[in-house]
Amino acid sequence: MLDLAEPHTDQPAPTVAMLELRGLHYTYPDGTPALRGVSLRVCAGEKVALVGPNGAGKSTLLLHLNGVLRAPEGAVLVDGAPVADTTIRQVRARVGLVFQDPDDQLFSPTVFDDVAFGPLHMGLGEAEVRERVARALAQVGMAGFERRMPHHMSLGQRKRVAIATVLAMDPALLALDEPSAGLDPRARRGLVQLLRDLPQAMIVSTHDMRLVAEVFPRMVVLAEGQVAYDGPSAPFLADSALLERYGLERP
Amino acid sequence: MTLAPSALDRYIDSKSPVHALDARVKLLLTLACILALGLLPPGAWAGIATIATILWWAVLRARIGLGLVMRRAFVALPFALVALTLVFSRPGVPLLRLPLGPLTLTATDAGLIAFASVLVKSWLSVQAALLLTATTHFTDVLHALRALRLPAVLVAILSFAYRYLFVLVDEAQRMLRARECRSAELPGQRPGGSIVWRATVVGQMVGTLFLRSYERSERIYVAMLSRGYSGELRALHHRPLSRREQGLLFVGGGILAAIVFLTYVAGGGPR
Repeated sequence: MLDLAEPHTDQPAPTVAMLELRGLHYTYPDGTPALRGVSLRVCAGEKVALVGPNGAGKSTLLLHLNGVLRAPEGAVLVDGAPVADTTIRQVRARVGLVFQDPDDQLFSPTVFDDVAFGPLHMGLGEAEVRERVARALAQVGMAGFERRMPHHMSLGQRKRVAIATVLAMDPALLALDEPSAGLDPRARRGLVQLLRDLPQAMIVSTHDMRLVAEVFPRMVVLAEGQVAYDGPSAPFLADSALLERYGLERP
Repeated sequence: MTLAPSALDRYIDSKSPVHALDARVKLLLTLACILALGLLPPGAWAGIATIATILWWAVLRARIGLGLVMRRAFVALPFALVALTLVFSRPGVPLLRLPLGPLTLTATDAGLIAFASVLVKSWLSVQAALLLTATTHFTDVLHALRALRLPAVLVAILSFAYRYLFVLVDEAQRMLRARECRSAELPGQRPGGSIVWRATVVGQMVGTLFLRSYERSERIYVAMLSRGYSGELRALHHRPLSRREQGLLFVGGGILAAIVFLTYVAGGGPR
């Protein structure tokens, strides 16, 4: 049986984590509590899966990572500095947030315009913007799609481009919301490969336990707005009783 | 894509000198063509015919079916029918009297010419616009508008409308399909629900569609914020027009201006 009371990580935590959440509380405007004291540390290059039932607060948590939502209580620290109005622009360059529905993420008429949006707003020069767009699209295997329109592409392709839109901003941490939802097996395989290959730290919310087993050595289980488990994925995924308790299924 | 593709859509990726032209040049020449048509006085048939010839020549150069463009351009004719009142309101030689109760409508020759001119001019203008849209990707038109200094906000509104029109239509069609799938009837049983109830359902669907779009717009805004948006829209700079493109604009604009000018000189000013 795993020790559930004390969240722990395998590697010794360095003094400054890439991302640190301290006692995050958040309540929706309608009064429903979403996060009730979430604390978490993510180090550079670490890949973390965020699992838990619908309504556990996964998406809400992700929206805190780049300051879209601000918790009234608790703090989000990126590179050791708290997210505040003065640091928000830098934070958004460090933390790349990708939404679940690529139709929300991709709002420009062409793929190029969309991937260039982030770099342009970072104030980069034209040559640099073009180079970053080319590199980001190549990274997700979508080179040559620059002039295409998002609504003419498959869901898998759109998800890849959505990831490229933040890769072009050269973030240190990727926050992805259910990247594998709705993908066919081939597109899913491609995504697994992509997530494995990307060097960035990532925190990925998902219901896909196979994805967790294949990509993420560490998992965080959210239940009712609290961290129920934070540790290596393998022992958790092998424990049927635990999986059952949190409404998860065996990979 | 579930929007019925227009018959002209399939020409968008073909190759021709017109397709290869820069969108800015095409956009400006199209606007100049429509402006020239608008400036021609009624009954300036020589001028109208010259512009029509140039336009049709361009359509042929673009390897688009001329007949198709002509037929598609009829869509705007209902709007031109507003000009029908001209037939009866212009002073001129009476042609026909229509007694209408206490009133008598008198059709005049000048009125008829004015009406026919409006009809032909609007038909040709729509053809010019069709030539532009059939040979230019809409995204290129957007870039051209931006390059021609249309305010960034207006261009952004257009591009969002274009991007999400398809998403919205898909969503509406899914809702309609879902309703259809549950609109069953039992044999020998009158379909239930009053007209009012059915109308309410449709109203609620429209409301739902609006709410979904509204929520989506908030998600899109958050997605923009997440990528550094701060209220200012930025775009890459455009390459300057080449000598050849500038020359083409100059020649095209010059020809159109000359046609309008000559018409006024020959006709002794507007009638």
